[in-house]
Amino acid sequence: MRGARLLVAAALVALSVPALAQDVAITNARLVIGDGSAPIEHGTVVVRGGRVVAAGAGVAVPATVRTVDAAGRWVTPGIVAGFSRVGLVEVDAVDGSNDAGSAASIYGAAIDIAPALNPLGAPVGVNRLSGVTRALVYPGAAASLFNGRGALVDLGSDANMVTHGGLFQYVELGESGAGRAGGSRQAAILHFRSLLMEAQDFGRNPSAYDGRSRDALLTRVDAQALLRVLDGRDRLFIKVERASDILSVIALLREFPGIKPTLIGVSEGWTVARELAASHIPVIASALNDLPDSFEMLAATQSNIGRMRAAGVPAAIGLVDDNETHKLGYARQYAGNLVGLARIPGASGLTWDQAFASITSGPAIAAGVDSEVGSLLPGRVGDVIIWDGDPLEISSAPAEIYIDGVFQLLRSRQSELRDRYSNPVEGNLPNAYDHDF
Amino acid sequence: MAGTMMRVFDRSLGLTIFAVLTLAACSIDSASSGNARPATSANRPAPVNLNPYPSTYHAYPSVPTALVGATILDGEGGRIENGTVLLRDGKVQALGGAELVVPDGYTRVDATGRFVTPGIIDIHSHLGDYPSPSVDAHSDGNEATDPTTPEVWAEHSVWPQDPGFTRALTNGGVTSLQVLPGSANLMGGRSVTLKNVPARTVQVMKFPGAPYSLKMACGENPKRVYGGRGRAPSTRMGNFAVNRQTWARAVEYRARVLRGETVPRDLAMETLSGVLAGEILVQNHCYRADEMVQVMDMAREFGYRVTAFHHAVEAYKIADILRENHVCAAMWADWWGFKMEAYDAIPENIAMMQNAGACAIVHSDDANQIQRLNQEAAKAIAAGRRAGIDISEADAMRWLTINPARAMGIDAMTGSLKPGKMADVVLWNGNPFSVYSRPERVWIDGALMYDAYNPALRPVTDFELGQPGEGDVK
Repeated sequence: MRGARLLVAAALVALSVPALAQDVAITNARLVIGDGSAPIEHGTVVVRGGRVVAAGAGVAVPATVRTVDAAGRWVTPGIVAGFSRVGLVEVDAVDGSNDAGSAASIYGAAIDIAPALNPLGAPVGVNRLSGVTRALVYPGAAASLFNGRGALVDLGSDANMVTHGGLFQYVELGESGAGRAGGSRQAAILHFRSLLMEAQDFGRNPSAYDGRSRDALLTRVDAQALLRVLDGRDRLFIKVERASDILSVIALLREFPGIKPTLIGVSEGWTVARELAASHIPVIASALNDLPDSFEMLAATQSNIGRMRAAGVPAAIGLVDDNETHKLGYARQYAGNLVGLARIPGASGLTWDQAFASITSGPAIAAGVDSEVGSLLPGRVGDVIIWDGDPLEISSAPAEIYIDGVFQLLRSRQSELRDRYSNPVEGNLPNAYDHDF
Repeated sequence: MAGTMMRVFDRSLGLTIFAVLTLAACSIDSASSGNARPATSANRPAPVNLNPYPSTYHAYPSVPTALVGATILDGEGGRIENGTVLLRDGKVQALGGAELVVPDGYTRVDATGRFVTPGIIDIHSHLGDYPSPSVDAHSDGNEATDPTTPEVWAEHSVWPQDPGFTRALTNGGVTSLQVLPGSANLMGGRSVTLKNVPARTVQVMKFPGAPYSLKMACGENPKRVYGGRGRAPSTRMGNFAVNRQTWARAVEYRARVLRGETVPRDLAMETLSGVLAGEILVQNHCYRADEMVQVMDMAREFGYRVTAFHHAVEAYKIADILRENHVCAAMWADWWGFKMEAYDAIPENIAMMQNAGACAIVHSDDANQIQRLNQEAAKAIAAGRRAGIDISEADAMRWLTINPARAMGIDAMTGSLKPGKMADVVLWNGNPFSVYSRPERVWIDGALMYDAYNPALRPVTDFELGQPGEGDVK
């Protein structure tokens, strides 16, 4: 154990300098690419300079590259959490440690979570050990209808967790948006439209735009941020649940053809799956919410994702309104459940290959970053997990984790507590002396 | 047993001697249980009715059924491969290996490659008192108007049309559950134990013969709720002070009753007297190890017992003390970090409790996870194994069945596949500790209440009728 502790200490020191990706080749793997293709037996993945350079059967390993024999175990890309607050929150109910929302701010769309992210937070380490290596992190409620700019992050043990800041703008419509916009869905839709039109005004003549008068709907920085949405530089994540709201949003988006939308939540998506498929808008949905938790999700069912996928909707899994800070590993469990669901008459689940893709390349596609993360195709980041079993099975866990090609220790605050209390009864000294530091 | 319970229970409830005699002349059941059937009254002045909202539960019709070829996990640590379970007259009749002969007249269910377990029991649920849809009008779980409300009864808040009940049945194999008041208050009120059978009224769901429990809460919630209003308690020491003062009143109230004094009815004191008499169990929401140990001291100070600590995320720090005090810990597999007192939760908690020889229970407190308690237990097995603690699936099944049944006082009736117990049974389409497995059929008191292969045996609540997705598999 002392050796492990020293490694932890070394890793902490290493945080002050960029971690160096080691070249590594993992051979003899039951290799899952993560793009929905079937596992490859006796596969090899080669990571050099922090990136995947090759993965598949019969891949040659350069002589200079360190080799790890997976001994037939499952090897996959790291899990991509489709909807998360990791790095933004330490303890939800401890305000000072919770940067999720900015409701008392005067800003909205311009709020960018990137500078608030804390890679040393305990949730980063705990989620890392569950096999999650990347996450789409979204901002909570702000002053305006638009919550602000979210990011793609990595969960590596290093000082910088931002992979892609300002990746997407986030807005909630439906019940939540109605509440924020004055009490009704129609007000929210109008407000949405008006804010974007005002941003267009700003874009036409920034120096003439006031942004400070009482009539201004947007501050200048918020208008700037929405311009990035209007021309597709930032994707727009839109949370919407009810079938009619989904259709309203699809219609609304036709007014703004430059927007690159992704729909979040979409609990009733299966009831309008054809229309969704025709819109080509990707979806990140919660997998197992099957209760009519509100009047905008009366049709909620665990079959939602399966039915959307069957209709051609690119639907991935995210922990929407769920344990999005502390238990990102639930994505694996949910994906596994959708495989099990396929055996229930009348239900729609996913194949194993689809299910695994729905928590790797799926969220990456939905966020437009699948050329960067979410699979082991050449050029993707070197996020690789060797599992001690079927990665969708509850009993399985990572045996080795690489993020950006960097080996990660299987230690967290939780494992330190576990080790201290493996025998809770005090010995010659109190438990506080049970450490190797 | 019933007579013993009668003796302690009636004294606890502030009755006059006359009322005691009157009740003694009536139904013993009426005094032994919060959920028992109604007492018939004799031609005398009306006594205090100890059981004014009696269970009207009845078992639905059943046929003799044989589950053949299954892997049986009996809920008490037993495992039988290629086993047979016989259900008859609503009871578990017999179980055994392949040698067990199926008598004529039994409906045979081929359970080859499948698992048979007792019905899952959730000791901590708010179904019905925080039902779906979770609109303000349905927020009935916390009487957050006073830090001690032992006078409220959760059953008076339970909406039997909560779709969460049917999800817990069909997706989770849950056959019994305890619905508790919330944790805003130090003393939240009485719980109610239910059979998970769809019903028009909560009385029909009430588990016959189940005792009441008092819900208590430590820590952050009560002090936040009341401290935020500028009243006690606003600190953990305030929590204890308010609790102790209230227990002192209860001790005094009970002493007056035991001296034979006629005391005015006081619903709060009746509940607390029931606890002091050992008749009403105590389910104590408490996260932190240090607080749990202080609560056990408080229980000794006033002469009651904590039955189980719920949300006991730090149980692993005091597993030895919990074992020595015979107090169960009801736990999540992996919830952590959502509040300060949940910061030290670890995934090995349940396994470390089991390893210490203490009483471990997996609970949900959640309308979603109640549908997957088997998977939560699977997480705990896996986390334990990685920490060098090997727990068999048969032992882990106790966390979901007999252990919660004991802590709810219903273990003589259900919670394991022992002959004579209620035939509350789940047939899983695979190993219940696999993510890929689901309930295939669920029996409650021998009646088939769910069959994945028969849409007619899929309950649909009133609320869901005529709505988008009505009758869906969910």
